[in-house]
Amino acid sequence: MAQTYQTTVGSRSYRFASLAELMAKATPPRSGDRLAGVMAESAEERVVAQMVLAELPLTTFLNEALIPYEEDEITRLIIDDHDADAFAPLRHLTVGDFRNWLLSDHATSDVLTEVKAGITPEMAAAVSKLMRNQDLILVAKKCRVTTAFRNTIGLPGRLSTRLQPNHPTDDVTGIAASILDGLLYGSGDAVIGINPATDNVAQSVKLMRLMDEVIQKYQIPTQSCVLTHITNTLEAIEQGAPVDLVFQSIGGTEATNRSFGFDLSTLAEAEAAAQSLNRGTVGRNVMYFETGQGSSLSADAHHGLDQQTCEARAYAVARKFKPLLVNTVVGFIGPEYLFDGKEITRAGLEDHFCGKLLGVPMGCDVCYTNHAEADQNDMDNLLTLLGVAGCNFIMGIPGSDDIMLNYQTTSFHDALYARRVLGLKAAPEFERWLEEMQIFQDVSTHRLNDQLPAAFANSLRHLPKEPRHGT
Amino acid sequence: MAHKPSSPIVVENPWERLNAFTDARIGLGRAGVSLPTSKLLAFQLAHAQAQDAVHCPLDVETLSNELTQALNLTEAPLRLHSHAQDRAMYLQRPDYGRRLNDETREQLQQAATSQQRYDLAVVVVDGLSALAVQQNSAPFLSTLYQMLSSDAADWQLAPLTIVEQGRVAIGDEIGGLLNADAVLVMIGERPGLSSPDSLGLYMTWAPEPGLKDDRRNCISNVRPAGLQIEEAARRFFLLLKEARQLKLSGVKLKDRSEDNVLEGESASGSTRNFLVAD
Repeated sequence: MAQTYQTTVGSRSYRFASLAELMAKATPPRSGDRLAGVMAESAEERVVAQMVLAELPLTTFLNEALIPYEEDEITRLIIDDHDADAFAPLRHLTVGDFRNWLLSDHATSDVLTEVKAGITPEMAAAVSKLMRNQDLILVAKKCRVTTAFRNTIGLPGRLSTRLQPNHPTDDVTGIAASILDGLLYGSGDAVIGINPATDNVAQSVKLMRLMDEVIQKYQIPTQSCVLTHITNTLEAIEQGAPVDLVFQSIGGTEATNRSFGFDLSTLAEAEAAAQSLNRGTVGRNVMYFETGQGSSLSADAHHGLDQQTCEARAYAVARKFKPLLVNTVVGFIGPEYLFDGKEITRAGLEDHFCGKLLGVPMGCDVCYTNHAEADQNDMDNLLTLLGVAGCNFIMGIPGSDDIMLNYQTTSFHDALYARRVLGLKAAPEFERWLEEMQIFQDVSTHRLNDQLPAAFANSLRHLPKEPRHGT
Repeated sequence: MAHKPSSPIVVENPWERLNAFTDARIGLGRAGVSLPTSKLLAFQLAHAQAQDAVHCPLDVETLSNELTQALNLTEAPLRLHSHAQDRAMYLQRPDYGRRLNDETREQLQQAATSQQRYDLAVVVVDGLSALAVQQNSAPFLSTLYQMLSSDAADWQLAPLTIVEQGRVAIGDEIGGLLNADAVLVMIGERPGLSSPDSLGLYMTWAPEPGLKDDRRNCISNVRPAGLQIEEAARRFFLLLKEARQLKLSGVKLKDRSEDNVLEGESASGSTRNFLVAD
């Protein structure tokens, strides 16, 4: 069944031994594909691969699995859940035609919603490899993916934020201080989400209670999440903990997810458990997934695929479980996978585009580590580009500095910059709350209140006099 | 609402005093919705220090002299180098950083020709922060060597080694070639914005090439403003003794040793804080 792909340019002939090799060599350069040994050997070979890829019928991806159906439950998910009716309008297209169609006036927001169940991750990954950054932005902007729990995320003209109040020892006063700082800068409508420093059930339950108490006391139309392993969250639900969202890092191959300690049945079980709590008020999306290019290679579970194709397959996992939020943590993994600001920017735009095209509520952790060739200016650029592209949400962390995970992501200030310069707003329910609580003088012009709002001034009176030792 | 001419350009946050309760960059204030200049520059300085820490080469000569003096060594430490030629290659090819280059592997093999077994091989590796290694190695090893020599049991130490452009796993190859029962890798950790000088300690029992992370135990964040030298040495020595007794390291050892330092605070289970005090 597997065929080879070849072509001749001038006097040179090129041959690609498999669909996986063709996809990998058509991928814009990045260090992770070099590390995996799947990258094009020259700039010319890359473009030749893109040209050969452009000629392939989209149906190729339904007939030739990149990872065998028998070996991988995500391949089975992709093939078994494929909607042939939704695919009908695209059936006759090649990958190159598909790019033209996506950019054309035929592909309106409504039409893109109708066809999404007919698009496989491999089709999305393939077409993205032919697209320039502006193409990725333009098409993603046309895709609408809206989700809801206690507020509505992903509406046009909105940009939400995850408030990320991490602390290196999970100190409750330290976490509360970062939560307050974030709320008073208008952050937290996507979720208030903590990465626990101590990753066990007891600690997670404690942090869930902490956030639940804050959300209830101030009647915040948002949801909370502790980013602990899915099996910990399942146990927390059994113990009666107030779980809004179930978190899990996911990858695009079965072997990646097994290395993370779960499979698709675990996700189904956790979604059902969270649904049974019935804690949403305006919607029932209860899952929060994180992804990122390079995770499959890092787990030695990439089956010879390029890292962007593996990443797109993770979105097939995500969309099966109707998540509230999916977040590509694009620059966290380090320079051996995405070397510099240019590679991180490209990957962020690809992930956002592929996710949205497949109907996944994409957000992005616009971020970098200190050993990557990247800085705040690169993050400003990617943040602005993603804001233009209609990204559902970004992170919000005090001063861009995550003192627990030791990396830099977007700050509360950065989110307000993006909202101001692009005319974007918070989720509507949350926006009303910001106004009622007098956090903003004028929420429509993003004018913050210079004074401390009354409800919070009262809380500050309860501060302990002296910081506890070690905080 | 009109902007009063008397209102300040930089708006301070009335909750700034919360800074006393966390190292997170809260209460920064704002110019419009943007960072005030002083806070912007403070961030840039921290990032510059972290980047310098990644790219600053290890001064092997100086470190070697310091260690020789501080530890009263009769022979200078062996100087080794990974397969990664330079920092750019090191950052992109973690696999190169995990094995010795041919030249220094031969040197090590020659140095280890005797059939003698050792209890512990100490390997000092630049990792992602030469600064961390430069600052913390001699004080840490002085403390550790003192603990080892005053212990009731006898501890035979392999020749000390210093590795350039190395990753954690290179210690397994070195420990194996030196016939050591256990290896300690002291390595500069990925610099955080507020911690460019953080040293990591990794211990493997029965080191040999190809071992995975689940065979190692880690003590992290060793630096003046983090985990103190004395405490780090004490914890490492406990781990080492436990490893020698059980003849294993990694996940299985960790399960038994149950390090509760981080849990100390959280064990209370209380969520009490000022935001929900009444």
